Amino acid sequence: MLLKSLKIPKAEFEAGTGWQLKPEGACKGDVCIPLPETPGDTVDVQAVADAMGLPLASASDHGLWALGPEAIGGRALVTAEAPDLRLPDLDGNEFALSSLRGRKVLLYAWAPY
Amino acid sequence: MWQALRNELAPEGFELVTVGLDTLGAEGCRQFIEAAQPQHPSLIDQFHKLADAFGVINIPSSVWIDEQGMIVRPAEVAPAPPGGRRAPPRDMPGETPERLREMMQEAVKIPNDSEAYHAALRDWVEHGAASRYALSPDEVIARSRPRDANRSLGHAHFELASALELAGHHDAAIQHFREAHRLVPESWTFRRQAWSLESVDAAGPFARFWQGPKPDDPESWPYEGGWLEDVKQVGAENYNDRWKP
Repeated sequence: MLLKSLKIPKAEFEAGTGWQLKPEGACKGDVCIPLPETPGDTVDVQAVADAMGLPLASASDHGLWALGPEAIGGRALVTAEAPDLRLPDLDGNEFALSSLRGRKVLLYAWAPY
Repeated sequence: MWQALRNELAPEGFELVTVGLDTLGAEGCRQFIEAAQPQHPSLIDQFHKLADAFGVINIPSSVWIDEQGMIVRPAEVAPAPPGGRRAPPRDMPGETPERLREMMQEAVKIPNDSEAYHAALRDWVEHGAASRYALSPDEVIARSRPRDANRSLGHAHFELASALELAGHHDAAIQHFREAHRLVPESWTFRRQAWSLESVDAAGPFARFWQGPKPDDPESWPYEGGWLEDVKQVGAENYNDRWKP
């Protein structure tokens, strides 16, 4: 996830990474990674990233950082539960993949190049 | 062709969600989406979230998700439905540059498992969890792309590169794209995206497909390879993993 600060609201961290910060640790699906302490309303991204093993890339001269996705288990997926993907359409209206529960979905990636 | 398939299968509880991966966002994708007039959700993925969240490394790729929101097939190559898929672009001008002709010659050598893939898709839509093509959660995870700490860092560099490009810092973006390419060498989308952002006037309307050194100034190309160069190096037959049941 992209960051303009290394101290961000907990909700922003959770929405950006897909990991929920709970008393038992950072959790996604059935997987929880213990954290040394439960973050409060503001997350120290560097500390949580270190604890979770998430890499942080920096373009600090431009005031930008990016947190990489998890590499737990050596695979892109840590759970078969589909992530709560939210992306805009052509008009900027956000669409949640989860709104299609009850139907079979084929998510199709393409590019205009 | 995908849209016709979607309309045919929609009454059986099937939906197609197309996602355009492009740093240029809606403006990059608009002409293609407006020409297709999709009746299904058609989304824009400016920062390649599909790479982070699902392990997409090339396009076209698909992920199958069941009624409960469980992935039953992870990211894999998604060939167009059988029939007519290799027709040359209608508006290819007579004076097509040699590079683009060569690219088309390589592209048609890329193996295509369309028949098997689409038979499997129809089987899943009809039989759901009972279909042999709907994989168990453990199999889904095991078949998702390999990812280690280096690759994860490469994804972070790609996201930084995209943000820098959008902020007008093209040269800084190139440095982070190059890091992403080094750390995630198997990702064609990370490379194709970066290459497509280098304008090549000689390519005219196909500027974003040129994806390689400029004919009149090859030294200025900021990347190691290009689409044609890389495909020739690995062999068109290895461009994608073959589809497996």
